[in-house]
Amino acid sequence: MAAIGRTLMVLCLVALAGAVNADAVRDFDDPVVEKRYRELTASMRCPKCENQAIDDSNSPVSADMRDRVYTLLQEGRSDREIQDFMVDRFGDYVLYNPRLEGRTLLLWGLPFALLVVGATVVALIVRVRRRASAQALSAEERARLDELIHSERTE
Amino acid sequence: MKRRLLLLLPLAGFIGLAIFLYMGLSMDPFGRDSALLSEEFPPFELSTLAEPDRRVDESLFEGEVTVVNVWGEWCPTCKQEMPQLLDLADRGIRLIGIDYKDTRDKGREFLDEFGNPFELNIFDPNGDLGFELGVYGAPETFIVDADGVIRYHHTGYIKPEDVRDTILPEVEKWQR
Repeated sequence: MAAIGRTLMVLCLVALAGAVNADAVRDFDDPVVEKRYRELTASMRCPKCENQAIDDSNSPVSADMRDRVYTLLQEGRSDREIQDFMVDRFGDYVLYNPRLEGRTLLLWGLPFALLVVGATVVALIVRVRRRASAQALSAEERARLDELIHSERTE
Repeated sequence: MKRRLLLLLPLAGFIGLAIFLYMGLSMDPFGRDSALLSEEFPPFELSTLAEPDRRVDESLFEGEVTVVNVWGEWCPTCKQEMPQLLDLADRGIRLIGIDYKDTRDKGREFLDEFGNPFELNIFDPNGDLGFELGVYGAPETFIVDADGVIRYHHTGYIKPEDVRDTILPEVEKWQR
C-alpha cells in the first residue's frame, strides 16, 4: 500500500515538473551550449509581457522565441547572431541590456557624466568654503593668532 | 539673491525627473515602433486559407498599397475589429489577412460569421510568418507600400476612430 502511494506521488511530481516547465527537457549534447541557451533566454525580454525574460514567461511568443534560440544554437550560430536575429524582428526592446551604440550613448554615458558633474560641484564647494574660512579672520583675530603662535614659540 | 536661487537647483532637478517619470507611467508599452518599419516584407511561401493548393509569396504586395491584418479565430479582439476592417474594404482599400496560429476550419468559420474584408488570407498555422513580422499577439496591422516595404504598424485593436484618424491618412500617404 505504502509502495503504491509512493509511486503515485512520484508520478504526480514528475507530471507537475513537466507542466511547469514544458521545454526544460531540451536535449543538449554540449553543456556549454546549454549554458549559452540559459543565458540567452534569460537576457531577452518577452515582447508581450512587460518585464519577464523569455525563459520565465508562458506567453506563446516566448515559447516560439525559445524554440528559435534552441534551433539557432543547434545550427551553430553565435550569441551575437542570435541576438541580432531577435532584434531584427522584435526590436531593441527584447534585449534587457541595451547595446552601446550611437543612439544609446546618452543612456550609458549619463551616469558617468553625472558623476563627473557631481564631483566637480563638490570640489568647487570645498574650495569656496576653504577660501571663505581663511578670509573670515578679522584683523583682531589675526593679531591674536599671531600672538598665540608667538607665545608658544618663546615658551 | 543669486546664491539663494542656486539652492533651488536640486529641487528643480527633482521636479524635472518626477515629471519625466510620471509621463512614463501613462505611456503605452505596446506603442513602440515595429523593428520592421522601412524594411521589405519578409520573404515567405504559404498557402491561402481558401485554397490549400495555392502558394503565395511576398510578391503579393507589389503594385498596390495593402493593409495587412494578422488575426486568428482564437482572438476575441479580432472579432471586434472586423467592422472597422470591413469599413476600410468598403472604401476601396486592399486588405490581405494573415490567419495566424489557427486551423483552416476555424479560420473559415470566423470569416463566415464576421465577414471577409480580405482579398485573400495567408494561412500561417505555425506562426512562422508572424514570427518573421515580429508579431507577439493578435490583432496586429501593417501597411505595406506598393514596393512591398512596411510603412506602418499598429498593435492591438483598431478603434472605429482609428480608421479615420490614423489608418486612412497613412494609406493615402503611401498611395501617392
